[in-house]
Amino acid sequence: MKKIFAVLLCIPFVFAFAACSGKKPDTSDAAKAGTVYFLNFKPEIADVYKEIAQKYKEETGVEVKVVTAASNTYETTLKSEIAKKDAPTIFQINGPVGFQSWSRYCLDLSDTKLYSYLTDKSLAVKNSDGVFGIPYVVEGYGIIYNNAIMKKYFALKDKAVSISSADDIKSFETLNAVVTDMTKHKKELGIDGVFASTSMGSGEQWRWTTHLANVPIYYEMKEKGEDSTILSTLNAKDIDFTYSENFKKVFDMYVNNSVTDKGLLSGKTVDNSMAEFALGKAAMVQNGNWAWSQIADVSGNVVKAEDVRYLPIYMGIEGEEKQGICIGTENYLAINKNAPEKDRQASIAFLEWLFSSETGKDYVVNKLKFISPFNTFKDDEKPEDPLAKEIFRWMEKDVNNLEWTFNSFPSQQFKDDFGNAMLEYVQGSKDWQHVKNTFKNSWKSERK
Amino acid sequence: MALKKYFPIFVMPTLIAFLIAFAVPFVLGLYLSFTEFTTVVDAEWVGIENYLKAFSNDDFLNALWFTVKFTVVSVITINVIAFTLALILTKGLKGTNLFRTVFFMPNLIGGIVLGYIWQLIINGVLNFAGVTITYDPKYGFWGLVILMNWQLIGYMMVIYIAGIQNIPSDLQDASKVDGANRLQTLRNVTIPLVMPSITICLFLTITNSFKLFDQNLALTAGAPSKQTAMLALDIYNTFYSRIGWEGVGQAKAVIFFVIVAAISFVQLALTRKKEVEQ
Repeated sequence: MKKIFAVLLCIPFVFAFAACSGKKPDTSDAAKAGTVYFLNFKPEIADVYKEIAQKYKEETGVEVKVVTAASNTYETTLKSEIAKKDAPTIFQINGPVGFQSWSRYCLDLSDTKLYSYLTDKSLAVKNSDGVFGIPYVVEGYGIIYNNAIMKKYFALKDKAVSISSADDIKSFETLNAVVTDMTKHKKELGIDGVFASTSMGSGEQWRWTTHLANVPIYYEMKEKGEDSTILSTLNAKDIDFTYSENFKKVFDMYVNNSVTDKGLLSGKTVDNSMAEFALGKAAMVQNGNWAWSQIADVSGNVVKAEDVRYLPIYMGIEGEEKQGICIGTENYLAINKNAPEKDRQASIAFLEWLFSSETGKDYVVNKLKFISPFNTFKDDEKPEDPLAKEIFRWMEKDVNNLEWTFNSFPSQQFKDDFGNAMLEYVQGSKDWQHVKNTFKNSWKSERK
Repeated sequence: MALKKYFPIFVMPTLIAFLIAFAVPFVLGLYLSFTEFTTVVDAEWVGIENYLKAFSNDDFLNALWFTVKFTVVSVITINVIAFTLALILTKGLKGTNLFRTVFFMPNLIGGIVLGYIWQLIINGVLNFAGVTITYDPKYGFWGLVILMNWQLIGYMMVIYIAGIQNIPSDLQDASKVDGANRLQTLRNVTIPLVMPSITICLFLTITNSFKLFDQNLALTAGAPSKQTAMLALDIYNTFYSRIGWEGVGQAKAVIFFVIVAAISFVQLALTRKKEVEQ
């Protein structure tokens, strides 16, 4: 008996040593030319990157290692990976705030071709010392609606509004009137609620703490009169949250006309609400173009591609008839300054290949489905999915599309504090003043 | 002589594993708690600033208080219930083995999975009231207690059963002959003789409750507003969701270690004293 026990005790060590000695350093020719280690942020397209890496190796012989961090764990993974000897050579920062924590690792990219490809150089993350983050995708979000349901509503005889198409919704007042009336008619429209669930589960609040909060902060900063609201927000030690009442009105509208009862929202995830939208249980949902694959992949999906449209997030702020959707990015590529020289060069070459060669561009447009901010892409090289097309439609319209000001929100802790306060407000244990105070106080303490 | 010769062979694997998995990270962690860093290789010395920050922050103290309350309640409930079950299941009832297996099984499920399962169950029940577990910190607290009980009772029960079965039957017979009733036998014979088991069980439940992380993360994640965040979760959040606070997270982790170690030593010393020789 004792012998068996001793053997059993030994087994873990055998495995441990086997695991440690498993990896041998690569000594092939490719390694001499430098290798690329790309730490990918987007789990939904991890497989495509693997395919690209394979293709790139076939074409150039350079090894590209792609590792994908699981959803919501990018910072965690990056922190441990970059401390290793074999650290990522390409990683991602989420904007100026991300740059603050990773500045010691970001290589100056101002002399690279990749930077020169940027159509709008102001999009890059930079300071007086150089350019450190290159955006590689442009995204847009707003209120996504299912036009089939909207048409059904506007065809109703006893509708309470005078307009006859969702295109005529140009202010919060109209939007709210339409939404409230649709809730009254939800049986006839065959929906459970106008808006898909306001996901308030932990880790699922980003649509409100970043995207929705973007609108009031954008306007607040705009009034201070500076060009880039992203930069002025980054420098803001304090925030007034001037438009908190407007924010509240929209949030209330989402919650009160939702598929789910208020008290149960904390159990809901973003996936839940995208599924509700895809199954036709809800007519509207706030999200961005990355969500198209989520909508399309739901089995039993009833939403047709031609029916998916964007509405701007109107808040009843003056001048909003001219407001567009929110277009920007929080995906910036950075090169690890501490990687060996040849690996850095190989990494830059890989990115330049991806965003300028014919093969690379084909992957970007048709497989990764990125709207790229680079001038190497011609007009016909654009992704075909309906929400991406909608973004182009809004870009061409004579409207003011909002920047992604939320890139400069102080920290994850701030977003969590704010989201938690909103949850307490929704559940009725705290009032709106508490949310407003939390927003201001947490901003102040998290921005050092 | 033979023992000396083979000593390295037997000890080396364990020693190496101990160094890699415990000693080195521990020393490194201690050092990092006095520095400001983004990753473990780029630390800058800042002295005790991190410790001051850790204590000047309400979150940490709130989490500490919540953890203490949770530990007290769950240690009592787990041990009382586990001991009672062990008494019942050593009486030679029919189906004893089946019951032992069933009670032990929850312990085999991982913490994250358990957390999500119980979140579903609790939310399902609270659904009738139109709320969820995040509605009130009390729900989260009792949810965690129930979860912890469910998971640990079986394990502690097995330890108690082993202890009870080790009591020589002549002692129990003797007490019966002397005219002791059941309660007296329990208090004067059974409990003193299972004291070693009680020591182990108390140690396991106290440290497990104090260090609880996965279940906390999966069940409530601290909602509402960090009011149900326990120490380990607070440390994790400090480390990962605030820029420039990694060192503070590390400092909190060191404080956490000191507290856990202190409690365990005191508890071990106290219960050891009560153990009797058979």
